[in-house]
Amino acid sequence: MNELLAYPYDPELILKRKKRIKKELLSSGANFTGKKIAILGGSTTHDIAACLELFLLDHGIKPTFYESEFGQYWQDAMFGSETLDSFAPDVIYIHTSYRNIADFPTINDSEQEIDDILIEQYRHFTDMWATLRGKFHCTIIQNNFEMPFFRLLGNKDASDPHGRTNYLSRLNSMFYEYANSTDDFYINDINYLSASYGLQKWSDTFFWHMYKYSLAVPAIPHLAHNIANIIKSLYGKNKKSLVLDLDNTLWGGVVGDDGVQGIQIGHETPMGQVYSEFQEYAKAHKDLGVLLCVNSKNDHENAMEGLNHPEGTLKPDDFIVIKANWENKDQNIVDIANELNILPESLVFIDDNPVEREIVKAQVDGVNVPSVGSVETFINIIDKSGFFEVTNFSDDDKGRNDMYVANAKRAALNKTYENYEDYLSSLEMSATIADFETIYVPRITQLTNKSNQFNLTTKRYSQSEIESVMDGDNYIGLYGKLSDKFGDNGLVSIVIGRVQETALHIELWLMSCRVLKRNMEDAMMDELICRAKQRGIETIIGYYYKTAKNNMVSSFYERFGFAKTSENENGDSAWELSIKDYTNKNNVIKVES
Amino acid sequence: MTREKVTGEVQNIFRDLFDDESIVIDDNTTADDVEDWDSLEHINLITSIEKHFSIKFAMSEVTHFKNVGNMIDTITTKVS
Repeated sequence: MNELLAYPYDPELILKRKKRIKKELLSSGANFTGKKIAILGGSTTHDIAACLELFLLDHGIKPTFYESEFGQYWQDAMFGSETLDSFAPDVIYIHTSYRNIADFPTINDSEQEIDDILIEQYRHFTDMWATLRGKFHCTIIQNNFEMPFFRLLGNKDASDPHGRTNYLSRLNSMFYEYANSTDDFYINDINYLSASYGLQKWSDTFFWHMYKYSLAVPAIPHLAHNIANIIKSLYGKNKKSLVLDLDNTLWGGVVGDDGVQGIQIGHETPMGQVYSEFQEYAKAHKDLGVLLCVNSKNDHENAMEGLNHPEGTLKPDDFIVIKANWENKDQNIVDIANELNILPESLVFIDDNPVEREIVKAQVDGVNVPSVGSVETFINIIDKSGFFEVTNFSDDDKGRNDMYVANAKRAALNKTYENYEDYLSSLEMSATIADFETIYVPRITQLTNKSNQFNLTTKRYSQSEIESVMDGDNYIGLYGKLSDKFGDNGLVSIVIGRVQETALHIELWLMSCRVLKRNMEDAMMDELICRAKQRGIETIIGYYYKTAKNNMVSSFYERFGFAKTSENENGDSAWELSIKDYTNKNNVIKVES
Repeated sequence: MTREKVTGEVQNIFRDLFDDESIVIDDNTTADDVEDWDSLEHINLITSIEKHFSIKFAMSEVTHFKNVGNMIDTITTKVS
């Protein structure tokens, strides 16, 4: 993470140094994913693209941009432009604002007339979205509206249908309904952003009249950061775990010195309240599927006593891994990442002590360590950083904590078996492996965008691309769900093969790391080959595209007896298997298909 | 603040913004003399100067800047 881009950042400094920051990011040696982003603006967008590029690069996404000519967002969308058509965007961002509202109600309009104006204005947008969706089948990110910078009716502007404030609030609500009922469509909430920044500064009319920017230039980094958070979340770059220090982070005082009676938590004192509020905030993340962990220098026993404080909100059961010991915190962070089977870059570490933060940041590459200040600013900084931006919230996210707890139990069981296959059999696993179904499309899309490790090609798919696979005759798309006696792991594996004559090209093969070493890949291969045979396919062609993260599957095809047909200098390889004599591999999972 | 000191600080802003340590400005410098100084970067230049000197230009002032000399005159008046 680039220091200048970590919240709380200095927006002016980002604008001033943007050339230099870009150079630094590009030379970081990161393995960038390319994405094409079309910015359709109702006002100037130049610096928005420049800042968005920085934040996306910082998340490992390398954007190329199409920017509509000044104010031409609607014309571009409705009538097309050759450049935009051939650009074929992955994401379309529509940057509109208060300045793009054609018609506001006047004081003489009847309520019926106002409703008509409102519906007409809404249709201006829905027509555009429908056209874009029909043409590009890609993600659309749409600004809502910031509140007007003046109020003709004073306070009544908010409640009276003639007021612009009221009108824009209603229009915003209509946008939200559309967003809630439309896949792959997201609202960029500039209404909240401008309020948080200060509407008066945000809507500084100097920038509109001088340069046709709908918002103040110094606010642009905030806008870009907000858009980048949506995009990185869609492409699976959200953080997964919140790792918390204990003393002076989850409660006031040091439990080892002050004793459990002496620490500050609960609603009796101001200091106790502020820690309680933070505990509640952290706990709410658990319901979002964020994994909570502890990393604290403490005797384990003292830490548990602190966490069992009767006034505390967070209890030991809320955490997946508790590291309360006298190891260095950077070592604990590495251990936590290993136990959760996720990368350090998916961890966010919260500690009140700047020295500890510095050590962890310096020693563990990629881990996120925000400068959270003191307890009263924790929530603001974590929240505005957007580590856990919610875009698609699946039932799987809700159940994720339970799954990791079940994983811990499985690991405990593992130790009592001599033979690994005995252990696997004892799990009483059953799987469902079937063709893509509509209800699973969101989860499938989500997985293709966030799986990095057990992923042969790391190909990312949009929801509409998954739908094309599901509906296309020349594709075999399989999903796999796995459950066992400890619980349901949900949908954990996806394979997409493209049929070309008598060969099946495996364009995607991925599996969630939560079911590693469970022979689920054997079951998937058996099922895939069974279907391939039914379709008269003779050969399976597999590809391994090397990334910084997927080394664990470099010999995946070799394990199944594929022959390597080519290998590039960069480590990419292609594999081939004639399936005539293939014998099934799985004998530990009961499969329904 | 003296006019010379303002010029020096404005020069540093130019170097920072255009990421070029070799930029030297004088009163007659215009956008034609500095690579990358286009209308879009001009916005960031004005914003950076405002932030640095804690001043705010009026629209009428910004529209009348013809060269760096004008700009420095206005800044010097505002900061003294």
